[in-house]
Formats: sequence, structure tokens, C-alpha cells
Amino acid sequence: MDVLEKNSITEEITGLIEQFGRDRSSLLPVLQGVQRKHQHISDFAQQEIARLLDIHPVEVYSVISFYSFLHSKPKGRNTIRLCKTIICDLLGKNEIEEALERELGIKFGETTNDKNITLEYANCLGMCDQGPALIVNERVYTKVTPQKVIEILNGIN
Amino acid sequence: MEDLETVKFQPVIFADYSPGEAIRKAVGISRQDVLFELKESKIKGRGGAGFPTATKWMLTAAAKADKKYVVCNADEGEPGTFKDRFLLLEHPELVFDGMVVGGITVGAQKGFVYLRAEYEYMLKSLEDYLQQMKKDNLLGENILQSKYNFDIEIRLGSGAYVCGEETALIESLEGHRGEARNRPPYPVNTGFMGFPTTVNNVETFAAVSHIITKGGEWFRNYGTDKSTGIKLFSVSGDCEKPGVYELPWGTTISEILDLAGASNTKAVQVGGASGYCYPKTQFDRKLAYEDAGTGGSIMIFNESRSMLKILKNFMEFFVEESCGQCTPCRIGNAKLLDGIEKLEKGEYTFKYINQLIDLGRSMQVASKCGLGQTSPNSFISILENFREEIFAKSSGGRNVN
Repeated sequence: MDVLEKNSITEEITGLIEQFGRDRSSLLPVLQGVQRKHQHISDFAQQEIARLLDIHPVEVYSVISFYSFLHSKPKGRNTIRLCKTIICDLLGKNEIEEALERELGIKFGETTNDKNITLEYANCLGMCDQGPALIVNERVYTKVTPQKVIEILNGIN
Repeated sequence: MEDLETVKFQPVIFADYSPGEAIRKAVGISRQDVLFELKESKIKGRGGAGFPTATKWMLTAAAKADKKYVVCNADEGEPGTFKDRFLLLEHPELVFDGMVVGGITVGAQKGFVYLRAEYEYMLKSLEDYLQQMKKDNLLGENILQSKYNFDIEIRLGSGAYVCGEETALIESLEGHRGEARNRPPYPVNTGFMGFPTTVNNVETFAAVSHIITKGGEWFRNYGTDKSTGIKLFSVSGDCEKPGVYELPWGTTISEILDLAGASNTKAVQVGGASGYCYPKTQFDRKLAYEDAGTGGSIMIFNESRSMLKILKNFMEFFVEESCGQCTPCRIGNAKLLDGIEKLEKGEYTFKYINQLIDLGRSMQVASKCGLGQTSPNSFISILENFREEIFAKSSGGRNVN
């Protein structure tokens, strides 16, 4: 990471802290803000957040590692999360899983070579009346079929 | 997202209501009057635990502190539950008005909505709605020219089921790992940042808006003596009409099955993965705090489904979602999942299975928070109620004892 890049990350974090307040309780919104832009929170970003909020970097890492939607390692620019909880499972999650893996040529937990898409599972998305369901970044898709998977993938830049 | 296919039966949550009505009423009467109506309604918490809302608000109101907080628990993570999604998308006015009434009543000036990360797609519309409330002077300083100030901020979760537990939720709001605290002390005394905090479910706030405008007695007309009012049930699984159903407490499982158009039903899981699984012989059970209590999740399984597969899905969920802080939950759930895998392969003894059921009972008493205290429920109820199916399928003749 070069100096310019580092400076811009520091600037970004400073902006987020100004927005949410220089307080420990702002940690989650700040982490979510960094991740929204970079898809993960790098070691450098973690140290800067710790410095600017005046807490230990380990505290920051400990929080990131706790939440399944926060990552310390790079991910694809887009994340697809497929619901694997029981009702979506009964409604045909496996077919959707196969279609996604086949079309992208990767397995769940992996990222495409062009770093565009990461496949992950999610627990209950609260769409059990309209399963199978998945979310792309924060947008939700319901009653997904293998055919619809192709449309969804075409819609991701 | 598809259109919401919701079936409405009882006119309570969906009764006539004009946005801001409950706030207009609350600023004109005393806090005691609000608490009186709540007490009259006998409403209990809609998240599932069923703590009397009036008591929670009275305790928060009575606590002496410089600051107090109102928190709306929108971390709807229980498998099979989606009624809060429906309320937040279709009736945010009921939820937010209920929060403002809460703020006025307990003496809080700030409220948080803890919205689960999976629901981020609603964030924009909810924030727009809050902006409109501010313009209409239903939120902010001197609400409707009264002495009351109250503001609402929406905070997103980051994908942790345990944050639906109120003390874990508060930890998360404070910027920590979502690990449950010891209770007591309760949040009504030491909640967010150590200040008195009332944490209520989305549906509870929505119901409060109606209770304040229509009176506690009106609400109490529905339901049973111990479980008053109506409840939103999230119905899913093997049925023709899944969706959100508004029904009075005391409705039986078989009545819901009829309404939802379920046929050939083998089992009904009430209360989500942390709830109980009922076989056919118990479909006359009443949905109520005093019988089959629930936060509203009703999952229907027909004869073609494998109970062992369903149970495995639940236990995988708990192994992932256990925060790992206390041993009974961290190790216990993993052991129960081990047991299910052994059952699948037919490598078990009845002695071992009975030991696992005992382990489940220990977890129910020894776990620190609701997650570990309730995660063995489905394991125990499925193994007890569907013994024949599970052991017939998985024995393979290799069991000894």
C-alpha cells in the first residue's frame, strides 16, 4: 500500500468518525463504512481506526472477527449470500447453489479470479415465505430459480 | 423483492391508524396514564420471551439517571420469522410512533433501532421516513410543541444471531463483540453505556401505538387471559399460503394449518430453531405464552421431510451462531451436532443418545444467555416426538444396548 493510498484511507476513516462521533460506540458503523467501500477492513485501516478511536488494534480485530458480515481479508467487489436455513433449503437451495457454482466456476467461500464476485452462505434472511432467497450486496432476491440466477449474475457489473 | 403475500385476519395491528396518532395522544396525557393503559392491556413482549411490557417501562421510568435510552430490537434472526420485516416495510409509522411513546414514557431522549445487516435494503426507506417525522415535528426537539425531545437513530448489525439477545445487542451498540452480559443487573437499570434502557421488539412497539390510541381494554378483548391481544405469526414451509398472519393468542396449531392451506403435515416447529417441534398428536396445542409460546415462527413440514435433516440444519445453525463465550453453549451445540451426524450414519447407542438429551437439559440451565438455553429445545423435542422415524431410518442394525 503506497503513501497516497494510506492517506486516503486515513482521511476516509476520519470522515466516518466525524460523522458518527469519536467514541467506542461508533466502532461498528465506522467498520461498516470502511467495508462498504473496500469490501474488507485491511490491517492498516484497523490500526488507523484504533488510533483515531483511542482503543487497542486487537479490540478492533476482535470485533471484526466476531461478526460474519465483517472481513479482514480482501473479498470480491460483490458478495452473494445464499440463505441456507431450513425453509430455503427445503424450497430448493441446492439447485441455486449448483447454478451459482457452475456459472461462476467457483465454490462457496471462494472469489472469482477477476475479484468481482464472492460466494457465501447466510443464515435465515427472513424471507422464508418467499424462498429460496439470496442477497447480492444488500439487495434481496426471492423465489430464486436456476434461470433467475443467470439474470441476477448478468445484473452484477 | 416479490410482493408481500400477506393474509390479514384480525383487525388489530391493521386497525385504522393515522401516522403520529399515538404520539399526539401521549404528549397530551401523563406518563402514568400511558403506563396505565399498557398495564390494562397486559401486553407481553412480542420477541418471544414474553416479559410484561408495562413492567419493563415502569422499571426504566423509575430508574434515576441523567440519560435513558429506548432500543427497538429489529435483529429478527430467528429462523422462520419475518413479521418484523413486514412491519418495518409496510407500517413503519406504528413502530416509530411506539418508540416515541416509549421515549416520552420512560424519560428517554434517544432511541436506537438495531436493524439486522440482512435488512440493510430497508435502511433508506426507514431513514426517509424518520426525516419526514422530523419535518412533521413528531421527532426531534419539543415534539408537537410539548416539553419532550426524542430522536431515533438506526444502527445496523453485522450478521450475528446472538445480537437479538438484549444484552448482546447493547454490547454490539456500544461497539463490542455481541457477547451477552450476566443478568441481573438488567438493562432497565444498566443498559446502553450503563444507562437505563428499555429494549423491545419491533412488534411490541407497533402494538403499543394501537394500545395508546384505542385503550388497553380494547386490546385485552383479544387472546386469552394470560396471553392478551393478537400476534403476528410468520408461517412458512409446506403450505399453500405462507405469509404473515394476524391471529389472536390461543389459536391452535391445526387452525393455522387450515388457514395456511397445509396438507399431509407431519410436524410443526413453533418458535423457530430455538423452539419446539410438535407432532400430529399435539396439533390441538394452543399458541399462547402458557402453552406453546413463540415469537411467531411457524414452520410446517409435510410427510416427505426427514426430521433428522431438519434437526441437522438447526444444529448447524446454532454451532455457527453460538458466540463461544460460555462452555455449555460453545461445546454443547457441537456435541449435539456430532450426535446427529452419528445418527445419520447409524453409529450410535441408545445410551449415547440419552446422554446427549441429558447434555441438552444441562445446557438449558447452565448456558449464560437465551441462545444456549433454548438451542437444545429442537434437539430434545424432535428426538422425543419422532423417535420411531429417526431410529428406524438411522439404525441400520448397528446400534447396541
